[in-house]
Amino acid sequence: MENGSLALQYLLSGVTKGSIYAVVAIGFNLIYSATGVLNFAQGEFVMLGGMVAVTLAHFVPLPVAIAGAVLIVAFIGCLLEITFFRKLRRHSVLHLIIITIGLSIVMQEAALHIWDEKVRSLPYFTGNEVSSLKFLGAAISPQVLWVLGTVAVTVVLLHIFLKYTLRGRAMRACSSNPDAAMLAGINIPNMRTLSFGLSAALGALAGCVISPITMTHYEMGAPLAIKGFAAAILGGMGHPMGAVVGGLMVGILEAFAVSRLPAAYNDVAAFAVLLLVLFVRPHGLFGRPGGESVREH
Amino acid sequence: MKKSLLIIAGACWLAAQLAVPCRSAADEPKPIKIGAIFSVTGPASFLGAPEGKTAKMLVDKINASGGVLGQKLELIIKDSSGSPEKAVSFAKQLIEEDRVLAIIGPSTSGETMQIKKLCEENQMILVSCAAADAIVNPLAKYVFKTPQKDSQAATWIYRTMKEKGITKIAVLTGNDGFGASGKKQLEDLAKTEGIEIVANEVYDKQATDLTDILTKVKGTPGVQAVVNWSIVPAQSIVAKNMKQLGMDIPLFQSHGFGNRKYVEQAGVAAEGILFPAGRLLVVDELPASHPQKKLLATYKKDYEAAYKEDVSTFGGHAYDAILIVTEALKKAGTTDRDKVRDAIENLHGLVGTAGIYNFSATDHTGLDLTAFEMLTVKDGKFTIYKK
Repeated sequence: MENGSLALQYLLSGVTKGSIYAVVAIGFNLIYSATGVLNFAQGEFVMLGGMVAVTLAHFVPLPVAIAGAVLIVAFIGCLLEITFFRKLRRHSVLHLIIITIGLSIVMQEAALHIWDEKVRSLPYFTGNEVSSLKFLGAAISPQVLWVLGTVAVTVVLLHIFLKYTLRGRAMRACSSNPDAAMLAGINIPNMRTLSFGLSAALGALAGCVISPITMTHYEMGAPLAIKGFAAAILGGMGHPMGAVVGGLMVGILEAFAVSRLPAAYNDVAAFAVLLLVLFVRPHGLFGRPGGESVREH
Repeated sequence: MKKSLLIIAGACWLAAQLAVPCRSAADEPKPIKIGAIFSVTGPASFLGAPEGKTAKMLVDKINASGGVLGQKLELIIKDSSGSPEKAVSFAKQLIEEDRVLAIIGPSTSGETMQIKKLCEENQMILVSCAAADAIVNPLAKYVFKTPQKDSQAATWIYRTMKEKGITKIAVLTGNDGFGASGKKQLEDLAKTEGIEIVANEVYDKQATDLTDILTKVKGTPGVQAVVNWSIVPAQSIVAKNMKQLGMDIPLFQSHGFGNRKYVEQAGVAAEGILFPAGRLLVVDELPASHPQKKLLATYKKDYEAAYKEDVSTFGGHAYDAILIVTEALKKAGTTDRDKVRDAIENLHGLVGTAGIYNFSATDHTGLDLTAFEMLTVKDGKFTIYKK
């Protein structure tokens, strides 16, 4: 029994980490499916969301602060697309990816100057630092349930948006065949701006719900982006559901790796499995082989 | 034609170069240059930022009251953002271009170890604000440090454990220079102090959640206490995760916990955390007769008035570094670097923020075990731990 509850505790710990990776991975996917660009500044949207929300929370109630942060960061996302990517559309996807890396550095430095180097966080949404829900001998912070709930709601809403609304369908059309989409009267540049805005909004929301657990500081974006990227690759690029499964898998792998190996090796374990999966399925667990070639030409 | 123009331009430049020192020399004596390398930004910014602020504040104060030896001090602060590579290039710059009298900092042990040899070779006084024993052991002639040693912190932790009847512990450390040094000290001292380390884990310094490692600790039979040794935000995360997992065993932290920010971030989970630290954090509790009381109270008041934030022990390390250099200058009565170095070794009974310094030719830290006090967190505040 003792072992059973320990295993459950490892699982919950993995779910905690994994749900954080998953929210970041969803943002990666969204921009990738609409534009073919891997946005390495995704982690910075998460950081900005947390930072703005912490600042706003001094003046307005928490839900309003979070909503405000999401709107502001979404606006920044749209602005970035319009100023940088719209003008540079002629360049190759590789150039655009490198630009996102540059943007992430700029955003990090800007955050350092606007705020400062200190660590801050939002209060726990329910309970406080020590409260935990216990079942079967294992414990979990209520905030993790908030993160999981946010992931679930986001995925469902995204699914409905992409599948059943006209705008969502237009966005998917842009990704699968830009030329045909344009001929059908879809404004492709606007769709791309929308995808950046949405993805920034998702990132900001993620930054708010994880803030009590991970805390928010100007450098938090890059490590999150790496793990989120790994999760997105594992799940299959361009597949929101895959991102969730990928994120949870990476998190749970790390947690169970700790139970057997020294904790210093948990990244090794997670990335070794990631590599193995990619050898067998280069397009990720849920990705479709060949989906890529449609976009490149 | 072109050539003569060049010569004229060159002559003008030379004249300008010569003119500047002449004029300033007539007005007032040249300032004494002190270099500082702090990680004002980056992952170790909670060390470097208060250090930079403190150094600036103290130098301004000294200059306002007439400087040292009738000369003003000029502080040149370089932000290494915690990177050893940057620390090396800044150290070279300070030695070769700025030709400073002494360098204070860097903030972290990793950076200090990178420039230790460089300073020794260039006969440059280095007063480090980092804690690792390796900085002064083996001894380098020109290298000193202001914080208490890691081994002294580990000894305090172990002695407090013995008083509480704790013998089996789990050790968690961050994967940076500070964590590695602490891990080594804890392992080395465990045997002599009669403590058994039954779980020993290293985590990533950017870790955002440690429940998995703590689950492992929870599943290890016989663990009576946890020691966490790091200078990263994980210090708050450990405290929160332990409470969330329902672990009631005591949590000890290193002297890296001496910043109120960590208590704020951990909230109620910080209650009862034990850690060794200098007396700066509990200055209000000190009796008026305590030799450090006046200096600590003044520093705390000045810092908090100037920067509107809580004072931390780390800023104090920079305070002590400046204090040591200026006191040695006064003692030596000259700005000759070798004489100032000799004077540092002869500083005795110098009251600083970390403790009372007694330097010697073989002791370049100058502090003993009494420089520490065991502190705990009560109602969100630091207070002296009473058995």
